[in-house]
Amino acid sequence: MAKLAVKSTATFPVPTIEPRAAKAAKKPDEFKSEIKPDWCPSCGDFGVLNALQKACATLGIPNKDVLCVSGIGCSSNLPGFFKTYGIHSLHGRSNPIAAGAKLANPELTVVITGGDGDGFGIGLGHFIHNMRRNLDVTYLVMDNQIYGLTTGQTSPTTTIGTQTKSTPEGCIEHPINPMALALVSGATFVARTFSGEIGHMTEVITKAISHKGFSFVDCYSPCVTYNKVNTYPWFKSRVYKLEDQKHDTADLRAALDKAFEEEKLPIGVFYKKEGVPSYEELDPTISRLGAPVKQPLDLKPADAKALKDSFR
Amino acid sequence: MAKTSMSLWIGGAAGDGNAFAGRAFIKACSRSGLHGFAYNSYQSLIRGGHVLLQTAVGPEKVYTQADDCDILIALNQDTIEREAADAALGVLYNGDRLKLDAAKLRPGAKTLALPCMKLTSNPLLQNTVALGALFQLTGLDFALFETFLKENFDKKGDAVVSGNLAAAKAGFEYSQKNFPDLGIRLPKREGRHMVMTGNQAIALGAVAGGCKFFSGYPMTPASSIMHWLSPRAAKFGLVFKQAEDELAAMNMAVGAGIAGVRPMTATSGGGFALMTEAISLAGMVEAPVVVVEVQRGGPSTGLPTKTEQGDLFQVLGAGQGDFPKAILAPIDLEDAFHSTVEAFNLAEKYQMPVMLMSDLLLSEHEGTVVDLDMDVKLERGTWAVPGQAPEDGGFFPRYADSETGVSPRAVPGQEGLMHVASSDEHDERGNLISDVHTDPAKRVLIMNKRMRKLEGVLRDFKPTRLEGPEDAELTIVGWGSTTGMMRHVMRHFNQNGAKRVNILPIRYIHPFPADDVLSILKRAKKVMAMECNYTAQLCRLIRMETGFHIQTRWLKYDGEPFYPGSTIAKVSEVLRG
Repeated sequence: MAKLAVKSTATFPVPTIEPRAAKAAKKPDEFKSEIKPDWCPSCGDFGVLNALQKACATLGIPNKDVLCVSGIGCSSNLPGFFKTYGIHSLHGRSNPIAAGAKLANPELTVVITGGDGDGFGIGLGHFIHNMRRNLDVTYLVMDNQIYGLTTGQTSPTTTIGTQTKSTPEGCIEHPINPMALALVSGATFVARTFSGEIGHMTEVITKAISHKGFSFVDCYSPCVTYNKVNTYPWFKSRVYKLEDQKHDTADLRAALDKAFEEEKLPIGVFYKKEGVPSYEELDPTISRLGAPVKQPLDLKPADAKALKDSFR
Repeated sequence: MAKTSMSLWIGGAAGDGNAFAGRAFIKACSRSGLHGFAYNSYQSLIRGGHVLLQTAVGPEKVYTQADDCDILIALNQDTIEREAADAALGVLYNGDRLKLDAAKLRPGAKTLALPCMKLTSNPLLQNTVALGALFQLTGLDFALFETFLKENFDKKGDAVVSGNLAAAKAGFEYSQKNFPDLGIRLPKREGRHMVMTGNQAIALGAVAGGCKFFSGYPMTPASSIMHWLSPRAAKFGLVFKQAEDELAAMNMAVGAGIAGVRPMTATSGGGFALMTEAISLAGMVEAPVVVVEVQRGGPSTGLPTKTEQGDLFQVLGAGQGDFPKAILAPIDLEDAFHSTVEAFNLAEKYQMPVMLMSDLLLSEHEGTVVDLDMDVKLERGTWAVPGQAPEDGGFFPRYADSETGVSPRAVPGQEGLMHVASSDEHDERGNLISDVHTDPAKRVLIMNKRMRKLEGVLRDFKPTRLEGPEDAELTIVGWGSTTGMMRHVMRHFNQNGAKRVNILPIRYIHPFPADDVLSILKRAKKVMAMECNYTAQLCRLIRMETGFHIQTRWLKYDGEPFYPGSTIAKVSEVLRG
């Protein structure tokens, strides 16, 4: 096995990070990694990956300036298939990992990806807190209403009555309403889309990434192996586009009404609030000095002396 | 001849102002060039309860609080009932409000009642009156008290400053006219020492060590690290983030480490338990991060405001699987500062999590520090040169194999070094080998690469050494704050050139300096260990790592630190036996 050679250098006082590169026209293929996705054939997650790659190409973001952070689960394998920087982290912890990375280097475009179990089950608390912070990141949840990688147990969005491996007599818990939750938790961009509508999904994700502040996109992403209820045909017969309606995306109450529709399922941008400062813009350190990763590490001698004197 | 060192206790309920009074006293002492040590025994209450601040000061280094006090300042009746009998020379109290039966005092100890209502019109100033009298009784420079009051109340306006100054003077003058000489004269010496707590030393070490991201969740006794850092963060380019829980605090720190800064988080045992999964993640993705674990009484919520050293095995075992990590356990205030810098250097040089273990006594007690060398060397390790994207179009080999196990580091935003930091087992490029591609040979290669880093860590550790005479009759082994009492005991037994006791403070828990420790213990004539826990965790670690079995153990787990009298009695018994 050939050893991979790497040119290295000793100590950087501060890592050399080139300024954010200019946007340039790109092809979606430029965001494809060498690794072939290991998802089941026709898994909804393919749609999300394709749409994300198209959105990044449309936006012309330099690959090196994107950080894709995922949790654990089928959908959380996504960063490996996406040619950017990535962190494939822990189950439920993608939000705080992303928060730490974004606060260390606010110049990055941070996209968080994962599933409904990861984001609405084990990671629910972190999800809510990142929303109320209005951190400038995009969170894409591939919502298939089932635990896929662990072979088919109930998830926080499984509907009442659905039989799964862990609910053989049907789920008896009320599902999480991710849209309503996001709307009341301070997210400044809340949208839903569907893997069966790649064009729509690409548009929504493009808007989400362009939005300044926390953007949340619930992506209906059918699990073809373990969810025999919420299938492509099931969604196809129920979704309708908000873009075709007279929906006011600035109206929080109208968005909440849409979040509680059950017979038909609206997709598109539910709510968008412009002009809210992001967490990074308000942070006392970043607002004054910029990216922490670009700060010199050494203490100035005068500061060191003043610190010591403060204890005398 | 007058006493030049002394012990002062200040007792009251939480909210009575003990901390203010103690601070005024220890600052005046440190500014007189004296040494000091202050231990605050308190409960998990905002008001009420019984809080006893125990200070000891003198011209020589002070390692511990004392068994009893020379002077007690009682701020409430409860303190008189509980503590008056432990005062050797006198009890200062507000005679208008509190009652003290002289018959309950030790022979020769004086009742020092202050008619506070006459001396000040403001009942809130009873502490200031008492301190004024204390300065007179101890011979401390009264001007130092005036300076302290001005510094402390400057922001509250002239009226508050002048009210306090008048009350202080009234107390001083009343004492001069009415109280007997207690035979204490604290000397004034050259120099002004620093006064800090262990947590402040750690926080200062973080700033000097280039920490640029701190995430934390409040938990006693670690919270004062964030209290010191948060108001100073913006000046030093450090992002301070209070997280929603310890899971988030730790994961945020790992995210920040991956993004290229020096991150830190701090907690106590319960919070640390929540952090362990992400510590393992840091080991796997090779992210630098420093985690401070300030131990308090356990198990569970345990004794939130009491000291213990019961988390050694929790921290040692933290995180699923085998991965490289280091655990440092500073032994005193100066070491708390330097160990923090060392932890950051190790974390970046070896791209791994480094834990810094403290305990409530070390972290919360105030002590004097003569000087700190702030001109510290920062080592950031090996970095990949940007712009070397693999020709085959694959990800950059972030985890490339190497002789040291350290792979050149790359962070998001750098040109041509894209990769995924993977929590699943991965190959050199970060591509997963855990699922469909499982590859046993690759797994072994990467596991060996990661674990090899520990060899370098062990070489980088400073030697573990004995303190005191090489050929003493007894070697006392311990760690953390217990080192203070070990030094106190050693000084006690080795007076006039005697060579009865030496000590072996252990400041590296993992990887364990087994060769150093074993060779010292083998040469020792007699060995005993001291720790604040039930199961002698350090003794068990030493036996596990060296095979050396320390049978004589002096263990304490009542929540209070070691006290000199009982410890000296125990060591005498061991020396005789």
